[in-house]
Amino acid sequence: MSNQSNSPMSNSPTSNLFEYIVRMGDDSLILGQRLSEWCGHGPILEEDIAMTNIALDLIGQATNLLEYAAKVEGKGRTADEIAFLRFERDYKNCLLVEQLNGDFGVTMMRQFLFDAFRTPFFESLQFSKDEQLSAIAAKSLKETKYHLKHSSEWIIRLGDGTVESHERVQGALDKLWRYTKELFYNDAVDVALLESGVGVDLNKIQLQWKLTVEQVFERAKLTIPTNNWQFEGGRKGLHSEHMGFLLAEMQYMQRAYPGMEW
Amino acid sequence: MVNEQEIWQLLEGVFDPEIPVLSVVDLGVIRKIEVGEDKVNITITPTYSGCPAMQIIEQQIIEKLKESNIQHAEVELVLSPAWTTDWITEKGKKALLEFGIAPPENEPDKSVLFAEPVKVGCPQCGSKNTRLVSQFGSTACKAHYQCKECLEPFDYFKCLK
Repeated sequence: MSNQSNSPMSNSPTSNLFEYIVRMGDDSLILGQRLSEWCGHGPILEEDIAMTNIALDLIGQATNLLEYAAKVEGKGRTADEIAFLRFERDYKNCLLVEQLNGDFGVTMMRQFLFDAFRTPFFESLQFSKDEQLSAIAAKSLKETKYHLKHSSEWIIRLGDGTVESHERVQGALDKLWRYTKELFYNDAVDVALLESGVGVDLNKIQLQWKLTVEQVFERAKLTIPTNNWQFEGGRKGLHSEHMGFLLAEMQYMQRAYPGMEW
Repeated sequence: MVNEQEIWQLLEGVFDPEIPVLSVVDLGVIRKIEVGEDKVNITITPTYSGCPAMQIIEQQIIEKLKESNIQHAEVELVLSPAWTTDWITEKGKKALLEFGIAPPENEPDKSVLFAEPVKVGCPQCGSKNTRLVSQFGSTACKAHYQCKECLEPFDYFKCLK
C-alpha cells in the first residue's frame, strides 16, 4: 500500500534533495496540524490566538517547502497532493511533532524542544547553496524566532511557577525527552546534502540546541531526565500510533471529496 | 500600453484586506513591476509565510489592473529577499497610527531569547506606559498590547527584521 515512488529509490542528488525537503516540510505540516487542534480550546483567549498564529506560520512554511519538493520531484504532483494524499509511511516528520497535545504544558514543551532545534537549523540553512531553500529558511527564521521566544517564556513561567505547573511541565519533559535525539537523525541523505553545501551540519545544530534547552531549563528549574532511552523512526516513515489518527483527520476532506477545492 | 509609474499609482488603490488603510505599495510587498509589450508582470513578497491575505492581494491586483483595461497581468510570489517591516513606507506608518494600530518601532531585533518586550506608544493617547499582552495578535503580523494610562487594548504591528 505504500507509494514507493515517494521514497528515495536511488541516491541521486534529486531524490536526496526531495527527501530532505519533505522531512522539513512534514515537520512543519504535522506540528501545524497538531497545534491547530487547539483552535477554540486554548486555556485563555490570547494563547488560543498565539497557538493558531504559530500553526499558520508552520502551515505556510510547509506550503513553501512542499511546493518546492513537488518542483524538485518533477512528476507533476502539487504541494497539496504531497501534503494530503500520501500514506503514513511516506511522511517523514520526526516523532516529536506528532505527539499528542496533552495539556498546555505538554504542548508548550513539545513546541519549545522543536523551536530550539528549528531556530539554529534555519539560521544555518539560510547559507545553503540551494537558492530556494536559502530563501525559505531566511523567511521562516524570522517567524521561528518569535515561536521560540513564546514557548521558552512559557516553559520558564510554568516550570518556575506553582507546584502544580512545575509538576506538569516536568512530567511533559520526562515524557517528550525521548523524542529529542531524533531531531538530529543523520543518515546518508543528510551527509550527501551537507557535502554538497545544500544541507546543514546537524552535529553543530545539536550543540546549539543543547545550549538553549539547558539555559531555559535552568531558569525554569526543570531537570533533564537521566533515563536517556531514545526513540526514532519518523525520518524513515515509521511513526507512533498517534500518526494514523492525525492523518485520518487531516486527510478527511481530500479522501472524501477527491480534488475538492475552496 | 501604460507605463510602470502608472501601475504603481494604480496599486496605491489596492489595500491589504486585513488592514484596509494600508495599500500594498505602502505595505512594501510590491517588489518589482515590469511592463512588457502586451503583458504586465508584478512581483510580490509575503509578509509572513502563512499570510492568508496574499492570495486575496494577488486577485485584487489583477482585478484593479483589469479596471484600467490591462487584461494581461501576472503576479508572481517570491520569498527572497524576505520582507521586513522597514519596507512599510512613512505614509503607511502614519495611516496605521491613525487607524489605531501602533506602527513598528524602529528597534533592533527583539525576537531573541530573554529580551524585554519593546516599549510601544499607545495609538489612542500616545502614552508609552503600555504592556505587551501577547506576542501574537489578531493577525500574524501584529502583537497585542494594552495602554496602562487610557486602558485601551490595541494592536502593534510587530517589527520584523
